[in-house]
Amino acid sequence: MVDQTNSSVAMAADYAMPTAVKPDLRTRLQNLIPKLVLSPSLALILVFVYGFIIFSVYLSFTGSRILPVYDWVGLENYEKLFRLRHWSIAIKNLGIFAGLYIAICTAIGLSLAIFLDQKIRGEGFLRPIFLYPMALSFIVTGTAWKWFLDPGIGLEHTMHLWGWESFEFNWIKDRNFAIYTVVIAAVWQTSGFVMAMFLAGLRGIDNEILKAAQIDGASNWNMYRRIIIPQLRPAFLSAFVILSHLAIKSYDLVVALTGGGPGRATEVPATFMYSYTFTRNQMGIGASSAVIMLMTIAAIMVPYLYAELREKK
Amino acid sequence: MSVASTDNAISTGRITRAFIYLMLILFATFYLLPFGIMVLNSVKPLSEITGGNMMSLPQVFTLEPWFKAWNSAQIGVEPTGLKPYFWNSLKMVFPAVTISTVLGALNGYVLTKWRFKGDTILFGLMLFACFIPFQIVLIPMARVLGFLGIAGSTPGLVLVHVVYGLGFTTLYFRNYYQVFPTELIRAAQIDGAGFFRIFWRIMLPSSGPIIVVSVIWQFTNIWNDFLFGASFADLDSQPMTVALNNLVSSSTGVKEYNVHFAGAILAALPTLLVYIVAGRYFVRGLMAGSVKG
Repeated sequence: MVDQTNSSVAMAADYAMPTAVKPDLRTRLQNLIPKLVLSPSLALILVFVYGFIIFSVYLSFTGSRILPVYDWVGLENYEKLFRLRHWSIAIKNLGIFAGLYIAICTAIGLSLAIFLDQKIRGEGFLRPIFLYPMALSFIVTGTAWKWFLDPGIGLEHTMHLWGWESFEFNWIKDRNFAIYTVVIAAVWQTSGFVMAMFLAGLRGIDNEILKAAQIDGASNWNMYRRIIIPQLRPAFLSAFVILSHLAIKSYDLVVALTGGGPGRATEVPATFMYSYTFTRNQMGIGASSAVIMLMTIAAIMVPYLYAELREKK
Repeated sequence: MSVASTDNAISTGRITRAFIYLMLILFATFYLLPFGIMVLNSVKPLSEITGGNMMSLPQVFTLEPWFKAWNSAQIGVEPTGLKPYFWNSLKMVFPAVTISTVLGALNGYVLTKWRFKGDTILFGLMLFACFIPFQIVLIPMARVLGFLGIAGSTPGLVLVHVVYGLGFTTLYFRNYYQVFPTELIRAAQIDGAGFFRIFWRIMLPSSGPIIVVSVIWQFTNIWNDFLFGASFADLDSQPMTVALNNLVSSSTGVKEYNVHFAGAILAALPTLLVYIVAGRYFVRGLMAGSVKG
């Protein structure tokens, strides 16, 4: 666990005074301070994160409705949950949303990064334009897109005014297509950020290898396919982890863009949990849906964090 | 992200370059369009929006929607405009950002320079806390805030944002301090400097860039938060995002799109401003969020 270059200073202090048999009070106090400083944060995290997780997991096994009660009902909530049509819609929507969102963001992010990496004039001008949506709240993004996609006054209406009478784009009002508008708005918000991640990765690649390959007559296409993109593996992984956890957590955007509608057509687990817990007074079921969300994220994050932290050993 | 020194060695032909520029411009349009049109339409009278073309320039220029969104628009039941909620957000953001950044700096310092057995595991626990879906803590949090007597108040929201921001700020400072020469600290210690003196005199003076990153990250995240605001705030503490959503999705009366747009831009202004002023750091901050270091 101890990094060679980072050996603890407390130990260094001991080495510096090899004659002291037992450290005096002051030294012992000094050694205690770091742990004391860390402890409030740690206590907060242990209670407010892990304590709360345990509490929610417990609630998911109780018959809580409007308020928490502590009667054990076993797996009943989970059985009910997976029989609910709303939940299967939410899961299906999350599948569509997360899949497309991750794939499209990665594709756009990588392409834009590669384009920007070609000694582009005005890069300093373009980069902030690609990135600024990331600074916005999802509520703002949702407001902008809700209106832009509204067939009555938005894009469709404008195209009609411009003389393209047959133009039709009413996905946001269509039960079967509304979820794709959430994808569009979410891609708009985050793809620039993915571009920044890939760009940083591209800029970190050693030019000497590329020059050597060029001298050997490799085409641009082959250089990207064989040399550059494989070296971007860490950026791909980070992008995947960040995008997937954003996708599973996404709540605000759906609320602002479609409000879960039309009907319940764009329900996702996050909106499901909220409405079952706080408006439908089915706290037990709400808690069980939150547990499923947590487990999904944990399945992605735990191996990733474990690998990241181990590497630094 | 320096540009000059790291240009790649790939050269491209004329047609490829034209294609690349075309794509870049197309995407720039894609990113600018929804927000740009929102700005354009926020200075039009309502009749021009419902009856006209969203792409056309305003025939009558008016700032009335902006004043209305700020001062007098109906939010929930009160015609207060967004102004009080803007202050609510500020009152929540400043303490939350300050506290979480200070704690993050101290944690990062301890976790890199005063290491002890099991510290990596503790850091892992803090890090995982960044990524939990907040739905898992909503129910117990509502109860604990009530128990502490700060339910529905700004201090309650500050507590929530500090707790769930700690993981990120700790991550930033830990990664930053990890490459800071430990020898300097060892030397200072031999000279008799204690824990806080070393932090104050040696670590803090060189922490400028990472403090900026942490502040920007926390500011953006807390300002833009909706879920916690919607769950734990009441009328006196509701943040801007919640008020904006109430304004936009209220179903009574005529939909005043121009007022909605002005409101949305008002809600976006602080983070956009921070981003414009310190954008380069913002990007770096987001990069650090990818758990590298």
